[in-house]
Amino acid sequence: MPSAGAHRAGRIVSATALSVQNLHVVRGKKPVLQDVSATVPTGAVVGLLGPSGSGKTTLLRACVGVQRISSGSITVLGLPAGTASLRETVGYVTQAASVYKDLTVEENVRYFAAIHGRSRIEATTAISDVGLSKLAKRTAQSLSGGQFSRVSLACALVTAPRLLMLDEPTVGLDPVLRADLWAQFAQLSTNGTTLVVSSHVMEEASHCDSLLLLRAGRLLAALTPGQLRERGQSEDLELAFLHLIQSTDVEFTDSAQDGAA
Amino acid sequence: MNPRMMMATTVRVLAQLRQDPRSIALILVVPAALLAFFYYLFDNETLRPGAPRTFDRVGLIMLAIFPFIVMFLITSITMLRERTSGTLERLLTTPIHKADLLFGYAIAFSIAATLQALVSTAVAYWAFGLSVAGSPWLVILVAVLTSVLGVALGLLASAFAHTEFQAVQFMPVVVIPQLLLCGLFVARDSMNGVLQAISNLLPLSYSVEALQQIAENMDPTSTMWGDVLIVAAFVVCGLILASLTLRRRTA
Repeated sequence: MPSAGAHRAGRIVSATALSVQNLHVVRGKKPVLQDVSATVPTGAVVGLLGPSGSGKTTLLRACVGVQRISSGSITVLGLPAGTASLRETVGYVTQAASVYKDLTVEENVRYFAAIHGRSRIEATTAISDVGLSKLAKRTAQSLSGGQFSRVSLACALVTAPRLLMLDEPTVGLDPVLRADLWAQFAQLSTNGTTLVVSSHVMEEASHCDSLLLLRAGRLLAALTPGQLRERGQSEDLELAFLHLIQSTDVEFTDSAQDGAA
Repeated sequence: MNPRMMMATTVRVLAQLRQDPRSIALILVVPAALLAFFYYLFDNETLRPGAPRTFDRVGLIMLAIFPFIVMFLITSITMLRERTSGTLERLLTTPIHKADLLFGYAIAFSIAATLQALVSTAVAYWAFGLSVAGSPWLVILVAVLTSVLGVALGLLASAFAHTEFQAVQFMPVVVIPQLLLCGLFVARDSMNGVLQAISNLLPLSYSVEALQQIAENMDPTSTMWGDVLIVAAFVVCGLILASLTLRRRTA
């Protein structure tokens, strides 16, 4: 079964949008990320995959500069993560849709547009991009779960970020919406936006150019969906992931640098 | 500070407030209604000839105190909702400066506070014949400033609360000591030294003193202007402190 991701993976991209070097994060007393190193090429759709609690959100938060890190370095679009000017160019969509429930879709998107100096027309475009034009005057809390999270996405799209970090954007969406959203991510990437999309659903991996597999705070592997099928010896990405975990549990410690994105 | 982001925040907070009739009622109607209670409470008092009515002395101060409490509550809860809904963390990944956010909030609620002061002062003067020596505009000025003080302290308090329940717990800690020591129950110069010293550190004391000055003098006194400046300084310091407590990077 040929997948879209396998074809797209062949594309050669030179510049690096995001580079993480030997990142360690400790929250409380618990190590959440241990020695994570990864690179994300410009214009790619990179899937950040792993079970719940594997450190996906913490890694995303570290990259957008809101997570205190213990050691290591993160370079985003050529600048250290957390640099003030990056807040203009990096978009972040949190896992729990963070929009104002008591405002209308339009008011929400216009607010984030105004912060980034974007026009009302751009706000309208972002709303139609996520398919909410007809609901623009409705308050966010009156929308369904899927619509609600698309408001959150529109608030990020309106800022036209060069790098967009999305934390589990497809969770709780029906299959049609999920497909729509992935098509939209592909479109954004064609236009030069780099996307890092986290998910705990392995099927979603097929939509990505490359994958970062996290497990228990460590980077298990960085590979393409095709390579995952190969190494995991299964066409089913979920099974392939499980196989990969079993095979790497033995030689866990030195597998972190494996496979270039 | 960026005026565009600050104004966008003000517009957004006002839009949220507009969606919430209960809060509007709490801001506009409740202080005036409490003032009416207060008036009728002392309706039957017998006065020595020439003595001012209790309403003219204490009701005047209530014009500042009720809004102070209401705005403290509304602001601390609203700001806390911003934290718990995740929108604060999201905003802190955007170019908005922390001060733009807090001053944007403060301006929005100050607009509400001004409307509130106009309503309750109008009620005090026209419905209950409030009579004080000084100008009603000065009364409004101090009432607005005191509710803005409530806004600033509310924003600051919300920084130290993680839940709405904790935010409400700041009421007895931040608001009630100021009520007790502001000179409303006991004149400040007849308090013992320790209490008086504490009272001197609390901003509400200066609002009350300013109103007492307005009550007794036809023309604004320098003491009154000094009090106004002190309260304004507390407002600005409160907002700056509150913006310093917002952390972009958290553990």
